[in-house]
Amino acid sequence: MASFAVTERSWKALLQQYGLFVSFLALCLLLSLATDRFLRTENLLNVLRQASINGIIAVGMMLVILTRGIDLSVGAVLALACVIAGDAVRQGWPSLIAIVLCLALGGSMGLVSGTLVTRLNIPPFIATLGMMTIARGLALSYTQGQPVTGFPADFRWLGAGTLLGIPVPIFIVSGIFLLGYVLLELTPLGRHVFAYGDNPSAAHYSGLSTRQIVLFVYVLSGALSALAGLILVGRLNSAAPTTAEGYEFDAIAAVVVGGTSFDGGQGTMWGTILGVLLIAVLNNGMNLLNVPSEFQTVVKGAVIALALLFYKAIR
Amino acid sequence: MNTTPLLHMSAISKSFPGVKALDRVDFTVQPGEIMALLGENGAGKSTLMRILDGVFTPDSGQIFWRGQPVQIRSPQDAKNLGISMIHQELALVPYLDVAKNIYLGREPAGLLPGTIDWTTLYEQAHQQLARLDLDVDPRTPVRDLPLAQQQMVEVAKALSLSAQLIVMDEPTSSLSNAEVAVLFRTMRALKEQGVSIVFISHRLNEIFAIADRVTVLRDGSLVGSEPLQGMTADALIRMMVGRELGETNQRPAGEDVQSQRQPILEVRNLSRAGILHDINFTLYEGEILGVAGLVGAGRTELAETIFSVHPPTQGDILLRGQKLRLRRPADAIRAGIALVTEDRKGQGLFLRMEVGANISVRILHQLARFGLIRWRDSQHLAQEYVDKLGVRTPSVRQKVRNLSGGNQQKVVIAKWLTLKPQVLILDEPTRGIDVGAKGEIHRLMRELASQGVGILMISSELPEVLGVSDRVLVMRGGRVVAEMNPRLATQDDIMRAATGAKTS
Repeated sequence: MASFAVTERSWKALLQQYGLFVSFLALCLLLSLATDRFLRTENLLNVLRQASINGIIAVGMMLVILTRGIDLSVGAVLALACVIAGDAVRQGWPSLIAIVLCLALGGSMGLVSGTLVTRLNIPPFIATLGMMTIARGLALSYTQGQPVTGFPADFRWLGAGTLLGIPVPIFIVSGIFLLGYVLLELTPLGRHVFAYGDNPSAAHYSGLSTRQIVLFVYVLSGALSALAGLILVGRLNSAAPTTAEGYEFDAIAAVVVGGTSFDGGQGTMWGTILGVLLIAVLNNGMNLLNVPSEFQTVVKGAVIALALLFYKAIR
Repeated sequence: MNTTPLLHMSAISKSFPGVKALDRVDFTVQPGEIMALLGENGAGKSTLMRILDGVFTPDSGQIFWRGQPVQIRSPQDAKNLGISMIHQELALVPYLDVAKNIYLGREPAGLLPGTIDWTTLYEQAHQQLARLDLDVDPRTPVRDLPLAQQQMVEVAKALSLSAQLIVMDEPTSSLSNAEVAVLFRTMRALKEQGVSIVFISHRLNEIFAIADRVTVLRDGSLVGSEPLQGMTADALIRMMVGRELGETNQRPAGEDVQSQRQPILEVRNLSRAGILHDINFTLYEGEILGVAGLVGAGRTELAETIFSVHPPTQGDILLRGQKLRLRRPADAIRAGIALVTEDRKGQGLFLRMEVGANISVRILHQLARFGLIRWRDSQHLAQEYVDKLGVRTPSVRQKVRNLSGGNQQKVVIAKWLTLKPQVLILDEPTRGIDVGAKGEIHRLMRELASQGVGILMISSELPEVLGVSDRVLVMRGGRVVAEMNPRLATQDDIMRAATGAKTS
């Protein structure tokens, strides 16, 4: 009896550790059999380039979810920060200044969301939903609905450039993943994010700076959304006020599929990386297989639901 | 005995990975009997009761209900048979009123399908409360009731399900003595009505006061089931721990602490509107100052005000003569004050995190070089405290939620000790903790005091207050109403001061 219980438990531990990795490999295998284009270098680079935008946003989203929150405003924040920075650069601002402006705008919008959450005790869902509609509305009115286009090459470099034949976004997202990992696992602030998510009340009674912790994750999420926006805009050479609509969905999907729990305090950067890759391959695979775009969202929704069921079963 | 037992659990065994939680345990309850279930934490009480409640399936063994073999696969099965559990953490919806809680999910149907007959619901709730002799308006939201009355609501809920057996898991642990008396009256009334009760408690005097028989478990095995008549407390403790216990009173004799030591914490005219009134006292270096009083006397509020969870409306807190400006717990902690809260799981622990992470969470900055935590140092540090405090855990990587209550409490204390506090406030430090771990925590407090730490200990257990403290404050209605010397005072003296009864 006892030994049966032990094997059952380690079976679950095994599933928890490698289940996601195996599903990812299985999906890749399936796609490489179903279409001969999947494994081509240009396609794989394309997958990674697409994954980079979602990956950067997902790191911020993951930290927010670790604190039991959610950030619905990532797509809208990205759009507003980029149309303003894009307009600035087109009016002759130096690209570097515009890039810094873009990141600062994203961080400021995160600061507003975070302040609503920490000072006014507005639930994160509502606070960031408000930020989402406000930012989107401001982006539309700022541009009067027209996309901002025609950027200098150095402004576009983050999204369109290559280094050693590899697209720059892949370097950026790798760096963000690495920094995110170090932040979460090796710095006091990162450990406090976990502690706060595990038990906000105990964090307060332990004297942790709970407000700063929560504020930080929203600022980070806003700034990372803006960074992802610079890549997107650089690649498209256009910043539309309607850009990045629904991006919050892919970021949340990647984080959840990666095993971060909505109860807070539980999740790993490895899981999020795999979640991002899985969502990217899924998107790419469905395009290669000519799945109609309306139906793609159905599949992604189902994948999230399955992932949640899976984690519920093995936890 | 010629009556059929109401419940007979026969040769129940249950294993968890690496642990044999129960080993062929027998447990019998007669109709209309109050059966005490006793054992140190980890002895198997909870596992046995969870099997009875259908949460766990036994690996082997049989359960007989009124002589018939039964399978209990879920709490719903248990309820259908007439078994109700009242857990330490109450299962009530705080924002709903008493009546709605009692009939939650079983509301009487109204005329139209899907509607509720509110009139009947409140009438029936009123009847259930009357049966318990409980003077509570069924329309009161549960969160507005004191804990003792919330418990009564759970009992009323159990009765409305026509429970024949009610399991009460440490129902008295958060009650004042007066409230315990009310609970016991209710338990006796239930017994008169033929309802059986399984009463889990660590307090031996309560077991002697209320129970008919006692079943003692140790390390997952049955030690015995005995009638309490003619049994002594010593005999019971021996059954429970399997060894003799020394007195928990560790106080060095004949030492008059205040006269020769420095004041460390001074509280002057401290008030919080409607809650605390003009509190004055001094805590000395190396002193254990006990705070006694009934639930609601303002003891926890005093602790939280000193720890600046809530700001005082008036008054000063001085640490070593320096007036403190405190706005949040972080300020108090920086000044050298630590609080081990009453609600261990809710406010003290990060349950899903590891023992090591819980211990080191406050001093990660000191463990970091160039902003990065030196992981091995943090593990070493946690291990050091685990060894020093005798936390029983397979490793510092173990999740805290898997530890017993006593060991969890040691982890909370360890977290604070990493900061080397000057003042340690402990609110009900040994609530729900078994006798062995209790003694260890008392010894630890004594040791810290001997190193000069000032300790403020809030406790509802009078033997603990008298046995551990150097000096005792008694609170009533948000005021300090008496100061006593524990070597001269009796439990009665404290109770009289705490209740405001006239001295005889």
